[in-house]
Amino acid sequence: MIARGTLALLMTAAIAVPLAGCGDKAQTAGQSSVKKSDAKAWQGAPNDPYVADGWKAGDKDSWEAQMKTRAQQGQNEYNRSAAVAADAKPQ
Amino acid sequence: MARMKFLCDAERCIECNGCVTACKAEHDVPWGVNRRRVVTLSDGVPGERSISVACMHCSDAPCMAVCPVDCFYRTDEGVVLHDKDVCIGCGYCSYACPFGAPQFPTNGTFGLRGKMDKCTFCAGGPEVNGSAAEFEKYGRNRLAEGKLPACAEMCSTKALLGGDGDIVSDIFRTRVLQRGKGSEVWGWGTAYGKPTGAKS
Repeated sequence: MIARGTLALLMTAAIAVPLAGCGDKAQTAGQSSVKKSDAKAWQGAPNDPYVADGWKAGDKDSWEAQMKTRAQQGQNEYNRSAAVAADAKPQ
Repeated sequence: MARMKFLCDAERCIECNGCVTACKAEHDVPWGVNRRRVVTLSDGVPGERSISVACMHCSDAPCMAVCPVDCFYRTDEGVVLHDKDVCIGCGYCSYACPFGAPQFPTNGTFGLRGKMDKCTFCAGGPEVNGSAAEFEKYGRNRLAEGKLPACAEMCSTKALLGGDGDIVSDIFRTRVLQRGKGSEVWGWGTAYGKPTGAKS
């Protein structure tokens, strides 16, 4: 009885194994992609000597504040000229 | 934080190509590849305008949609990046992109088309932040250094703005409210004469 069961199992395996080669891999984009994951910008660059001062690597809020400050101070000259004008005012 | 965006103020751009040079120098971009370029409309005639163009990091990026190997991804800040180890250099993205952002370096003796290269918003790529491998493939990762893109930070007239979309649009709005628009802009009359039909 056991021998018949084993034989049936072996027969099934012998048929199924070659048939497995006829299968097809999924080719849908996104499911089989092997692209690597990227670290978040706010995590900082550990061995980079050019990291700017004024923020803490790994702290998302600190990084966002740094981006905001840098954009406003570096690119909005109306802010900068207002600050310069305030400094230049006679006391 | 909103999405990272570029905005080029055509009233201010003087076609100096400082942004192009800054980008090439910062990322050691290979010969023949321009991640950013300056486009001039109506060159040499009154009303001439220049704008600096690169990858616009689209919210619904057509390059991402057409890539057959799915090498593109979008960061939390809305920056569209790609994995050069997955890219096969087929060029579909360059056909799909309305800005001509994807660039292909020519490699080897027979000028074989290399893997796609484009503006990264100075955010590097899928390698360790600030590593030599990241620099070699994608250039500097200035965002991870707490800086904004080199092109925008180097722009002498601040025509090119880069950063959080809300802040960039706020800066531009303030600017337009201060200086006016069209012929109201300071210096317009000197350059082009008074606009026809203007009242005194």
